[in-house]
Amino acid sequence: MNGPLLFLPLIPLLPFVGFLLNGLLGHRLPKAVISAIALIAPLISFLIVLRDAFLVWSGSVTMPFVEQGAPAWISLGALRVDFGSVLDPLSLVMLLIVTGVGLIIHVYSVGYMHDDEGYWRYFAYLNLFLFFMTVLVQAGNALVMFVGWEGVGLASYLLVGFWFHKTSAADAGKKAFIVNRIGDFGFLIGLFLLLANFGTLTFNEIAAKLAANPAWTGGVLTAISLCLLIGATGKSAQLPLYVWLADAMEGPTPVSALIHAATMVTAGIYMIARTHFIFDRSPFALSVVAIVGAATAIFAATIGLVQTDIKRVLAYSTVSQLGYMFLGCGVAAYSAAIFHLMTHAFFKALLFLGAGSVIHALGGEQDMRKMGDLRRKTPITFCTMTTGVFAIAGFPGLSAFFSKDAILAAAFNSGGLGKILWFVGIVTAVLTAFYMFRLWYLTFWGESRNHEAHPHESPWVMLGPLVILAILSVGGGWTGAARFGAFLAPSVGIKPEEAPGNFEYLLTPLAVLAGAIGWFIAHRMYHRPKTADGLVPGTPAGYKLLAHKYYVDEIYGFTIVKPLLAISKYVLEWVVDVAILGGLAWFLAGIASFGGAILQRWQSGNLRSYAAWLALGAAVLLYFVLGPQIFGTAVPHIGIAGH
Amino acid sequence: MNSMHLINQEVPLAWYLLLSAVLFCLGVVGFLIKRNLITVFMSIELMLNAVNLSFVTFAHQWHQVRGQIFVFFVMMVAAAEAAVGLAIIIAVFRVRATLAVDRIDLMKL
Repeated sequence: MNGPLLFLPLIPLLPFVGFLLNGLLGHRLPKAVISAIALIAPLISFLIVLRDAFLVWSGSVTMPFVEQGAPAWISLGALRVDFGSVLDPLSLVMLLIVTGVGLIIHVYSVGYMHDDEGYWRYFAYLNLFLFFMTVLVQAGNALVMFVGWEGVGLASYLLVGFWFHKTSAADAGKKAFIVNRIGDFGFLIGLFLLLANFGTLTFNEIAAKLAANPAWTGGVLTAISLCLLIGATGKSAQLPLYVWLADAMEGPTPVSALIHAATMVTAGIYMIARTHFIFDRSPFALSVVAIVGAATAIFAATIGLVQTDIKRVLAYSTVSQLGYMFLGCGVAAYSAAIFHLMTHAFFKALLFLGAGSVIHALGGEQDMRKMGDLRRKTPITFCTMTTGVFAIAGFPGLSAFFSKDAILAAAFNSGGLGKILWFVGIVTAVLTAFYMFRLWYLTFWGESRNHEAHPHESPWVMLGPLVILAILSVGGGWTGAARFGAFLAPSVGIKPEEAPGNFEYLLTPLAVLAGAIGWFIAHRMYHRPKTADGLVPGTPAGYKLLAHKYYVDEIYGFTIVKPLLAISKYVLEWVVDVAILGGLAWFLAGIASFGGAILQRWQSGNLRSYAAWLALGAAVLLYFVLGPQIFGTAVPHIGIAGH
Repeated sequence: MNSMHLINQEVPLAWYLLLSAVLFCLGVVGFLIKRNLITVFMSIELMLNAVNLSFVTFAHQWHQVRGQIFVFFVMMVAAAEAAVGLAIIIAVFRVRATLAVDRIDLMKL
């Protein structure tokens, strides 16, 4: 190995050690020690990543850096899967986000979870999540990535169901896990297809094989891409598997910020960017990605319009923003998608943590209809949240302005459906601005609609992370999409059609205008709401449809869950389990007891009958041993005379 | 040498073995059908001695002393067994006042 040590394996291992310490000993340790363990691990990991980033920046490390000589996991014939980490621009950006935002949210959690009984458990899970997430990001091959992929799903399950004594939380955890399982199934099929067609799961080797055969397009590559896409829709909460994310808000708010907004749910986008060389060979799969993304973006945004739970608004907003990233991937603008992933990680983590601070201030109240007028009571939360709201709305100069603009421009310039996708994106931008400013007005403006709570500003251990994230939300996009794309180019390539379109100069003002329209409508409707519980528009049918989230949960329940349950109950339980397996067991038991009833007569207790059987047995034995000699063949000569 | 020669000439091995088998079967049958404990006991002795006879026969046939040594062992064990067995029989008779095997069934369910 040449060049300076990068300590890549330590980045996941330290949080894992933290998980082991807190998980095994945490219940006996005082809170200060738990916090120290839980914070030091991601802190050191983050410092390592920073140092590596600095080494890259100063030129002492050339990317992509592929760790050599890592221990092998599987070595079967030509197939070799090892734990070697990869440091390239893509994984470096992701590592910075994961460990950086992760560290910030760890700090915030110290304040937010301070009074929780499961303090040690919480931090153990959080460290476990960081472990798996960094494994996922650093993975040099698809199988190790899958390990991280499953691992973050596990951590997500544990943390969504963290308050498992609450039925809704436990159910939400199960829902998240099961829906993800469907996606993971697709991912796994994709892996098998990769293995069958390429004979390797290492990203570099697959890329090299594809590069060596420029003629390979479509066909099996489309199949692989679509399987991977199914995996991505599960993890990144896209249509049709997005249903788990809103329920996942049952978890503690910092978890929603870290796992269900900033990092884990972006794993799908990361995966597509990581395997972009496969998607690039299948225009059909790419358009599916783009359509799924655009459809999810507008679909989730409309649901977000009418939610009353502050966290659920943010959850649907996350789904919608992830849709943007898929849209970016789908028009092969991977760097724009990753760029938006990064800025989204900043402002959405900020919004969630701000919401957590609001919830904290109101003693656990999440219903926006019972908020209002918090800007005076919680000024710092208000300021930082305001930054986040303006950022997500695409206010010029703030981070999402650059990243969303890059995606929309790329969509507009792509051929085929590009213009339609762009239009969907613009409409979504209006909706986004609307529901975010609705949240903003309902929470911070107007009259206080909650007279029981006595709002108080959160402690600085929570406000500090808010301020840092607010700064990042403002400045996170200042590198500009072009420079960011150039940095990422070694990982994801440069989008071929960079030629500016005819209306390019109009796109940015239009996007800003979209945000302004959304703000304006929200201002008209919610700045001074006419009714106490916010405004129910004059179209109750449409409102009801949205408030029930298009009845998707009900439809899934009716078309998938109910039939599955019925099959499980009537076919699997009654026919297979009770009738076939149970019947077989009863049948075998019947044979045994019936046979026993007959054979027990043998055991008469009569000594002479035993002796008779003994003699008979000996006779039979002798017959079989000696019989052939005596009866079957000629009787051997056993005479004595003559010898 | 002379007597062995006589046996060799006059009585074939099979006869000895047949006699042994007949004695053994008599013992088995006696063991199975007799009711008196002493007769049963004697039947066992008869079986042992039938086996002894075949041991001796083969020892003679193959000019090996091992079979004869084995017979001594069997006789010794049989003597010990007889001592213990008769003692048990006397004890049983004292308690039960009978020697019929079928009546000595205290352990039967």
